[in-house]
Amino acid sequence: MLKLSTNKASPQARPRQPADKSPSGLSIVWREIVQDKIALVSFILVAAVTLFVYVTSLLLDQDQIVRVDLFALKQPPSSEFLLGTDQGGRDIFGQLIIGTRNSLTIAIVVTLLTGIIGVLVGLVSGYFGGTIDNLLMRVVDFFMILPFLMVVIAFITAVPNYGITAFTLIMTAFLWLGIAKLIRSKALQEREMEYVQASRTSGSSHLKIMFVQVLPNLSSIIIVTMTLNLAANIGLESGLSFLGFGFPESTPSLGTLVSYARNPQTLEMRWWIWLPASILILVLMLCINNVGQAVKRAADARQRKG
Amino acid sequence: MWRTVARRTTIMIPQIVLLSILVFLLARSMPGDALTGLIDPSIDPAAIEEQRVKLGLNNPWYEQYWDWVTNALQGDLGQSFRFKMPVTDLIGERIANTFWLSLATLVITYLIAIPLGIISGRYNDTLADRMITGYTYIGFAAPLFIFALLMLWAFGFHFGWFPTGGSVAPGMEPGSLSYIMSKLYHLLLPATSMALITTVTTVQLLRSEIIDTKHKDFVHTARAKGASESRIYNRHILRNSLLPIAAFFGYEITGLIGGTVFIESIFSYPGMGELFLSSISVRDFTVVTSLVLLYGIAAILGALLSDLILSMVDPRIRIK
Repeated sequence: MLKLSTNKASPQARPRQPADKSPSGLSIVWREIVQDKIALVSFILVAAVTLFVYVTSLLLDQDQIVRVDLFALKQPPSSEFLLGTDQGGRDIFGQLIIGTRNSLTIAIVVTLLTGIIGVLVGLVSGYFGGTIDNLLMRVVDFFMILPFLMVVIAFITAVPNYGITAFTLIMTAFLWLGIAKLIRSKALQEREMEYVQASRTSGSSHLKIMFVQVLPNLSSIIIVTMTLNLAANIGLESGLSFLGFGFPESTPSLGTLVSYARNPQTLEMRWWIWLPASILILVLMLCINNVGQAVKRAADARQRKG
Repeated sequence: MWRTVARRTTIMIPQIVLLSILVFLLARSMPGDALTGLIDPSIDPAAIEEQRVKLGLNNPWYEQYWDWVTNALQGDLGQSFRFKMPVTDLIGERIANTFWLSLATLVITYLIAIPLGIISGRYNDTLADRMITGYTYIGFAAPLFIFALLMLWAFGFHFGWFPTGGSVAPGMEPGSLSYIMSKLYHLLLPATSMALITTVTTVQLLRSEIIDTKHKDFVHTARAKGASESRIYNRHILRNSLLPIAAFFGYEITGLIGGTVFIESIFSYPGMGELFLSSISVRDFTVVTSLVLLYGIAAILGALLSDLILSMVDPRIRIK
């Protein structure tokens, strides 16, 4: 595996490691990101935005930002309000920071939850196979065919006490399916490998084989899927919030800021309300996708750059 | 071949039954029932109770489900309390608009995808290919609603080249030439906005298919026989590379469903997606659940179509 990837990088460039040990998954990923300039810039940008948003939102007073100020309605950008104010006189810049933090947080939480459920179900289903696997995959196929957006919106309207928890759970309920299907197909291939049979013959339990031996071999594909899903989930959250089915009104998110543009007057005359959030969503999704593509190459030794 | 078609179609039946149960449960868990919108609050509760019994609203859920399914099969999806008309008629008014929007989007999608895919696959690693690949990267990452908003802002408001809402200019005579032209004019911006985003997966797919096919033996044979480059590309390679794209067609329909909801909302285009959103905001739930059912069936049919095309063009994957 290592030999295939040595075409470009000089031996001095790689981290010093014992010769008999192959580099860990994360160090391969990191090397690939550093080799790809676009991915590196993207990674730094995402990290900077994330850090800035989480740190600044600690200093900001959220109640003050979402409070209506009748003396400062629809103000264009100025030194007092860096990005102007909305129809309630609320500072857009402050909302942008808190909104980005909220959007990122929910995207990360949903990505982690769907990742855990999807990997568990996919691994068990693919490793054991048989009737349960068959039945499970039929159900997964069915839910994956359904028009995701409509069904999720319908569920969101049907839930009685709608809030952020309900939103996270509904998103999670529909989004683990794809991961489960992917991991299942990989686990199916993996269980036919000789090392699994050897381990089984030497008396390892199924649990040990699945989680200690098979899972590490799937780690790169899991990292790739999670990275690309993180970008997709930011898009989904902001899309749903844009339509009015994401975060509740009082909680700013990137999507709710863009949703102000559904008012034609705001769209036409007051770009400072919706454009910054739109650009931020675009940049975040593009950058995370770029990192994801680099990670994807890292997962496939033949395509690596470094 | 016919056995495959029959098998694949039978798989669809449990899917549709499962969908109908899901939609029924959704409908029941939404607040209100068939009577909520109709009655006057001053009516005696005993009379309401009598009506409920008469309409079968107090029956066990499986009986209600059965009634609902038999009615739906006869084309009766209930009443919209907002418009005071049968849901079937209401959807009938909107379905044509969404159909035209989807059709226009599909046409533009393929009009963009096929030339770009061919250029990018045939001349890969040239400047043109790099620009096209760059576009697909951005289009893949950009969410549809933001791109559509930017398009509306730029071409609808700022330059004023296109109408910013509706499906036809007011006061037109239906059926006249100017009516049709106005409809097309209103379709153009929303359909192009959606197509520019949805096309990127097809461009990427076509590009990698062409690059794969380029190195196949039959291409070398054709070249050895002295066939011209354009003949090799247009006849030999393109035909083989278009097969997976044809098979992808059914799934495009599923993709369009989500897309039209955003596009119709942004461009205030009176189709089914716009009806779906506005019905939720006024809590007209009979319409909402009926639309989920219809869209679900459309998606199931789209998947069926894709699998059938795929089994037609590629005999290896026919279901045994």
